[in-house]
Amino acid sequence: MAHFTKATSLHDWLNQRLAIDAVRRVMATEYWIPKDINFLWAMGMVLAITFAFLLVSGIFLLMYYQPNVKTAFDSVNYTIMTEVDFGWLWRHVHGVAASVVFLVIYIHMFTGIYYGSYKKGREMIWLSGMLLFVTFSAEAFSGYMLPWGQMSYWAGMVITNIFSLGDLHLNGLVEWIRGDYVPAQAFLNRFFMLHVLLLPLAIMGLIGLHFATLRIPHVNNQEGEEFDFEAEAEKYKKGDKKGSKVIAFANDFMSKDMFVVSIYLIFFFYLVFFHYDFAMDPVNFDPADGLKTPTHIYPEWYFLWSYEILRPFSTNIGLMAFGFAQVIYMLLPFLDRSPNAVPAHKRGAFKIWFWLLLINMIVLTAMGKMPPEGIFSTIGFFAALSFIGLWIALPIITKAERKL
Amino acid sequence: MTDKNRRGFIGKAFGAVAGVGAVASLYAMKKSWDPLPSVKAAGFTTLDMSGYKGNELITEKWRGKPVFVLKYTPEMVASLNDEQKKRVLKIGSDTYMIVLGLCTHLGCIPGYNPAEKAFLCACHGGTYDVTGNVTKAPPPRGLDIPPFKIVGNTIVLGEEGEEYKKLLADGITLSV
Ligand code: HEM
Ligand code: FES
Repeated sequence: MAHFTKATSLHDWLNQRLAIDAVRRVMATEYWIPKDINFLWAMGMVLAITFAFLLVSGIFLLMYYQPNVKTAFDSVNYTIMTEVDFGWLWRHVHGVAASVVFLVIYIHMFTGIYYGSYKKGREMIWLSGMLLFVTFSAEAFSGYMLPWGQMSYWAGMVITNIFSLGDLHLNGLVEWIRGDYVPAQAFLNRFFMLHVLLLPLAIMGLIGLHFATLRIPHVNNQEGEEFDFEAEAEKYKKGDKKGSKVIAFANDFMSKDMFVVSIYLIFFFYLVFFHYDFAMDPVNFDPADGLKTPTHIYPEWYFLWSYEILRPFSTNIGLMAFGFAQVIYMLLPFLDRSPNAVPAHKRGAFKIWFWLLLINMIVLTAMGKMPPEGIFSTIGFFAALSFIGLWIALPIITKAERKL
Repeated sequence: MTDKNRRGFIGKAFGAVAGVGAVASLYAMKKSWDPLPSVKAAGFTTLDMSGYKGNELITEKWRGKPVFVLKYTPEMVASLNDEQKKRVLKIGSDTYMIVLGLCTHLGCIPGYNPAEKAFLCACHGGTYDVTGNVTKAPPPRGLDIPPFKIVGNTIVLGEEGEEYKKLLADGITLSV
């Protein structure tokens, strides 16, 4: 049997049983972060905190929410919003967090693209991040079904219909996913299960994986500089904190991270208290009605860009373009053929590609919200073609890039 | 047997048991997601055709889905071309369009414009003519016709009558 001695303190008692000092060293005081980074590297922590807000507010919503087609709408819009003390707070925190989390995810992703943080040993970070993006999207979609308003119902109808895959006409698959011919009780119940249990579990597992993938390559830095973390860490530990290129994760880096988080939270609660309406679609304040389509169906803002890639084409081509948009970001580490893992501003053509992609995403998002008519249809169509064109061009322009 | 072989055998035996178990549980999980028998069984709607007025679109409900019933006026019947005539139903002495009111693109409900005698789907801008044929993409095909059986002056939705089977066989509609 392992040997235990009489503990001299609670700390020592725990340390003998759980090796808390070693854990702390490995996870915090001797986990090294480069000095040459900026506030954009705090977005991961901002995301983790936002997820915690979603979890806590979700637990409180769950105390009064009823997953039944007859009572769901009132349990949210009447019970939670008017009867439960501070029910509005949980709902607004949950709704605003669900929307803002995507804004931060997009910033986090485009930061990664700009600084080349998906290459040279960081491929797994990118892939696990994209899995998080996909799971978060499913989480947001399933949550959107729960209030059972008009947008819940019709978004549920349109999105599940995508699985009939156009001319393959897989109606059986669509009915299987729904558990009925149309979104009804079975549908609401299973999306409720996904939203409050299965997908949050998957997200927590993926967050763990995402952190693990960072461990060996470490985070990138503003210049894409490669250095020996061991050697720099030695310098730091010997007391040469000024000369070392790294600092310890906790408490040094953490304190900066949490400063950015504080600023973010001020903005976040400003939205929760004064501008929560942007995260609540007015159409969803009408109860679901299977015999009346809202005049204009659009998804939440964060899905608009991929929706706009689906919309301007005929069904089959639209579905292919949409499928392309869903997987292409995953492939980024393999489509970028350049040997350089440095920021975009040092990479010539790639820099232009980066800004064009960002602008393209914004145009697609804006057009996705417009009715599918006239000039908007045309702009949307060309923006969708440019999106595909940009990704086809990526391997070609990066292959041509000179080694720095 | 050597130690290694014994371990190998135990490993394979476990793999076999686990494999059978995994396939069996996947099957159970798949079946648990299937629509319930009660959902499948509730599925017939009978419409009495005597009350409909010419060029007035009425939305009925079948299996939770909207069904469009449009009775044509004599002028409308006269203006139908051969292609359109294939899609319409004759019940008694009158002519009707009876289709599922769900856009074949992604399932929104198109709106009817009685003046233009055409349907517009507001979701992605698809349009249909007065018999439910597509006139503008993205919808890939005309509005689907639900299974029906004509009994005197009524129609039973959900039952497959002779006329419906013929429409299916001729490829005028897909089964829904
Ligand atoms: C990954 C993070 C999550 C996202 C992106 C998300 C997203 C959403 C969205 C968009 C809604 C509809 C908002 C509304 O109309 O109020 C919603 C509702 C809901 N969510 Fe979440 N959610 C997340 C995590 C959770 C968790 C972890 C739980 C509970 C364990 C939860 C429980 C609920 C409940 C009960 C509702 C229905 C009440 C309502 O509509 O206000 N959510 N969620
Ligand atoms: S659902 Fe009708 S055009 Fe897309």
